Amino acid sequence: MLRADGLRHAFGPVRALDDVSFAVQPGQTLAVFGPNGAGKTTLLKVLAGLIQPQGGRAHVEGGRRAIGWIGHQPQLYGQLTVTENLRFWASLYGTQPSSELLARLGLEEHAHRPVRALSRGLVQRVAIARALVHDPRVLLLDEPFTGLDRIAAEALSHLLGEHAATGRATVLVTHNVEEGTELATDVAFMRNGRFVHFAPRSGRDARDIAAEYRNAVA
Amino acid sequence: MPLPEAVRHAWYVARKDLRVEVRARTGILSALAFVILVLLAFNFSRDPTAVPAIDLAPSILWVTLTFASMLALNRAFQLELENQAFDGLLLAPISRTSIYLGKLIANLIFVATIELLGVPLLALFFNVRILPFLGPLVATIALATIGFVAVGTLFSAMTVRTRFAELLLPVLLLPFMIPPLMWAAWATGPLLAGRPLSDIVGWLKMLAAYDIVFVGVALVLFPATVNE
Amino acid sequence: MKMIRVGRWITAIALVLLAGVYVRALVYTPVERSQGLAQKIFYLHVPAAIWAETAMVLVGLASIFYLFLKDPRLDRFAESSAEAGAVFAAVVLTTGPIWGKPIWGTWWSWDARLTLTLFLFLLYVGYLLLRGAVADPGARARYAAVLGICGMVLVPFVHLSVYMFRTLHPMPIVLKPSAPSLPPSMLATWLFSLLVFTLLYVGFVVQRYALSYLREQLEAATGGIGHA
Repeated sequence: MLRADGLRHAFGPVRALDDVSFAVQPGQTLAVFGPNGAGKTTLLKVLAGLIQPQGGRAHVEGGRRAIGWIGHQPQLYGQLTVTENLRFWASLYGTQPSSELLARLGLEEHAHRPVRALSRGLVQRVAIARALVHDPRVLLLDEPFTGLDRIAAEALSHLLGEHAATGRATVLVTHNVEEGTELATDVAFMRNGRFVHFAPRSGRDARDIAAEYRNAVA
Repeated sequence: MPLPEAVRHAWYVARKDLRVEVRARTGILSALAFVILVLLAFNFSRDPTAVPAIDLAPSILWVTLTFASMLALNRAFQLELENQAFDGLLLAPISRTSIYLGKLIANLIFVATIELLGVPLLALFFNVRILPFLGPLVATIALATIGFVAVGTLFSAMTVRTRFAELLLPVLLLPFMIPPLMWAAWATGPLLAGRPLSDIVGWLKMLAAYDIVFVGVALVLFPATVNE
Repeated sequence: MKMIRVGRWITAIALVLLAGVYVRALVYTPVERSQGLAQKIFYLHVPAAIWAETAMVLVGLASIFYLFLKDPRLDRFAESSAEAGAVFAAVVLTTGPIWGKPIWGTWWSWDARLTLTLFLFLLYVGYLLLRGAVADPGARARYAAVLGICGMVLVPFVHLSVYMFRTLHPMPIVLKPSAPSLPPSMLATWLFSLLVFTLLYVGFVVQRYALSYLREQLEAATGGIGHA
């Protein structure tokens, strides 16, 4: 569903991606752990088509229409209501928001409030709704659990589980090993633009992975 | 007949921009306040006995519109910066051309609103008759505005993330605004003095040529300002 | 670095030859009948103006190729040509008034070449300011290329505007164009001067290009810290 072949990209002298290759099949969730500056965000941006890699190729089945992105920025317009935001983003994908999406994230009662009037936790949930509004087959997540409150984090985990269960692919990058491990089917460690470990999770739990990560990256 | 997808997407972007603008309201109000202030400044700084208003009106009109347009142009990409939503637009399956067109349309409507309010004010303050010449006047203003805004939308995409963005944009834009400003002013003068349309058609053709060239150039170059 | 040394030699030779131009112009070329001694500045003024404009066209062309090929050498060349062009434009803008004053009694006239060069100077200033305002080297090259192309496209429109302006407001011609009506001795001096300015352009660009390259290496080595 998603593959990368020999990706290379440098910002000046800094090698953000140094020959990265992998594939993610439907139903798989790849968690990429790495310290800041390892190139994780660059990898996601290349997969999403935001950056043209200087070397190698990335391919996502279905193109941009199939990609959903959750990152640091909420991608929401403060003056518009929740519904107006969702309708706008959905229109760019040629679709309309479904009412159950709001229900699943507990946003129904806030649907007609402007986003700038919402609390941070609510805004995060709206951001998740926005990313899912066009029913993407591939999810790209850049540190998605950062700063989420408990309700939002649970909702997100739940949604990601469903996403995988319906045969979709996810790539999740984070520097926090605890967060991503439960959901992952495959695990990779990234350092200086390279994958220094890439294997199925195979029953390892968060502590195992954390220990291996510390060894690999420290 | 269904519109080509690029135009439809552009319209969605423009509609969103305008909706945000209407809710925020600060943009249009500041622009209007600016126009009134400039008109007042011109009015109080001239000697009414020395120079009849009709001679000055074209210059005043065009200086005011030029500066008001420049102020308005910052808003298009400033909006995305403030809301941190620009990546979303780039991720969506819409062409970069649609993004530019959408911003262009929104900017044009925004500036047109300022002009719709400012031109009657000018006519009022300076006692200038515009109704008999309304058609050609609107055409002149429309053509010049398209020229300003086409280049301005392109440049504002670049300056929005720099320091001193509000200062850099006018500096970059001014050489590009002066030729259309000149032609429009030279058309407006004879127009308001009641000269025949044939006198000013030449200027309108120049404005149209400028618009076609620079909208084309901007459409081609815009992707370079947003792609990494 | 070898390139800087080559550039320095070229510039040095050009400057020596420039002195030669002065000597030839002042001593060996006859004085022009109607404008007198002040006409001599024409030997500096016109070649500089020609190169100010040519440099802009070269910036535009290099920018177009850069957007297709993404070769950083093209970007470095564009930057160097823009700086050289700015210098030549400044020369024209200072020598023009010096020439104008004794003949017409005013420092500035809206002479065709002078006005065009003023536009060019403003375009160069904008180009260099934009480059200075963008930190990321990739974005800087792309944005500069966009502006460079727009500047090149604007030049014909400025020519047109100036021509029309002077048609509407006929003014004394401060600059005698390089028409074939020049007697052979003057023509020879003028051509010599053009050659010298071509050499100067090459010398400046070579040195500036080498400097760009060195600066990029320095930024890469230090990670860009401590650079304003």
